[in-house]
Amino acid sequence: MRQETNGAKPATDPEIAARQAVMATCTGATTAELDHALQGLGDIPPASDLRGTENGLVMLRGRMGGDGRAFNLGEATVTRAAVRLEDGRTGFAYQLGRDSAKARISAILDALWQGQERAAVERVLTPIRDRITGETAAKARRVAATRVNFFTMVRGED
Amino acid sequence: MYVAVKGGEEAIDNAHGLLAHERRGPVSVPDLSPDQIETQLALAVDRVMAEGSLYDPALAALAIKQSRGDLIEAIFLVRAFRTTLPRFGNGEPVDTGAMAIERRISATFKDLPGGQVLGPTFDYTHRLIDFMLAAGVAPPAPAEVETDFEATPRVTDLLDGQGLIEAELPDDTAEVGDLTRAPLDFPADRDLRLQALARGDEGFLLALGYSTQRGYGRTHPFVGEIRFGEVMAEFVPEELGFAVPLGPVSLTECQMVNQFHGSAELPPQFTRGYGLVFGQSERKAMAMSLVDRALRTREFGEDVTAPAQDEEFVLSHCDNVQATGFVEHLKLPHYVDFQAELGLVRKMRSEYAARQQELKEAAE
Repeated sequence: MRQETNGAKPATDPEIAARQAVMATCTGATTAELDHALQGLGDIPPASDLRGTENGLVMLRGRMGGDGRAFNLGEATVTRAAVRLEDGRTGFAYQLGRDSAKARISAILDALWQGQERAAVERVLTPIRDRITGETAAKARRVAATRVNFFTMVRGED
Repeated sequence: MYVAVKGGEEAIDNAHGLLAHERRGPVSVPDLSPDQIETQLALAVDRVMAEGSLYDPALAALAIKQSRGDLIEAIFLVRAFRTTLPRFGNGEPVDTGAMAIERRISATFKDLPGGQVLGPTFDYTHRLIDFMLAAGVAPPAPAEVETDFEATPRVTDLLDGQGLIEAELPDDTAEVGDLTRAPLDFPADRDLRLQALARGDEGFLLALGYSTQRGYGRTHPFVGEIRFGEVMAEFVPEELGFAVPLGPVSLTECQMVNQFHGSAELPPQFTRGYGLVFGQSERKAMAMSLVDRALRTREFGEDVTAPAQDEEFVLSHCDNVQATGFVEHLKLPHYVDFQAELGLVRKMRSEYAARQQELKEAAE
């Protein structure tokens, strides 16, 4: 019932859409999974902080009636990280929650993905994607079992 | 008036030590982990996130542990925590039409695209205490059926297409009011009202919504739709210029369809009340949508005759942290005020006694 991007608006630029998909996988991953993915890449250029990893807030918004004017629904904790690789590539992460380690690894993966390591990054993220897709599908099957199938009783004399 | 009172420091320290001791309870019982609260008391966590106005399940769970299950205290802790963090910016408005549905019901249409999906609900349970839970019996695996992705359009979109319900216009040029940044002024626009209701006390809004049903500002509501599930939160950072998926957030949305309004320019059509709440919180979303519609009196030229229609009354009193602050401030030392009142009542009593004496003497 759910798509991989979980309802996120796909960008029209396929390059950006692919980058968003990597970011979505990282938000759904655990820190241990991402750590393992990073290890799986072998030797990578060292990364330094472009800006210190920090916890903050994003004000989430809804729309009146679901499709009208925007209103402020409430905030969410968000952690952001920005890194620069030795070769000059930069990577960013903005994720719900307060996990600084996870955000920093995600930013490194984002930076690596933008260069020659793209295929390798996609490869090490595959098991995480598969895990998320599997859990999402199982949840959808459980929910689907609660769908009401109406039947109408025919009555009367004919 | 308060007066500085010194000398309580040791008693306060010891009281907090005692609080920590009582919070832990007997050591023969295992300590409760925030993870257990987050996953097994999920609806309490949802309420703390909604009224704390901060989406962070792990933080809300910890706040519930710290507050010993006092949810308003936990909400207070969460509100205090948010003041310590910088705000990176505003997210993109969430698209509830693209929600990964976990529950979706309509009381207005039986058959509708996407179907009626009950999800994890207390509805139709018999409300009998289940002693098997105390025995720690594992539940059977839930049923599963194969499913294809199916779009689940909002019920209001179906009515909207035929002009039978008022249309919402997504005007993104209008500034979005934020009551955490500027004090609430009256009259307040609907964006500010919805923000206040989304973080408002569930019990207060439930009672107000109930009052509209009992005739105090009737709005003749039908549940067009209630849906619960996850949507992707998105944020456009300046340095990137495209929407970054932040992660999925659980939301409950209620579309209340209410009786008609028309004018010289518009034929009669249904009007709308809207509820959107963090987490799985159907009661709150329904109450919010009833009160949202009741508060739209100005727009529809209706008379304000009931409390639920009075925005100053509703918005000034729906925040349980504010309400707690003012009610509980009565606990603070009011020794000087009270001494003054004591002096006053003694003076009045002596005057009264003197008058009674005079009357008695006059009668004799």
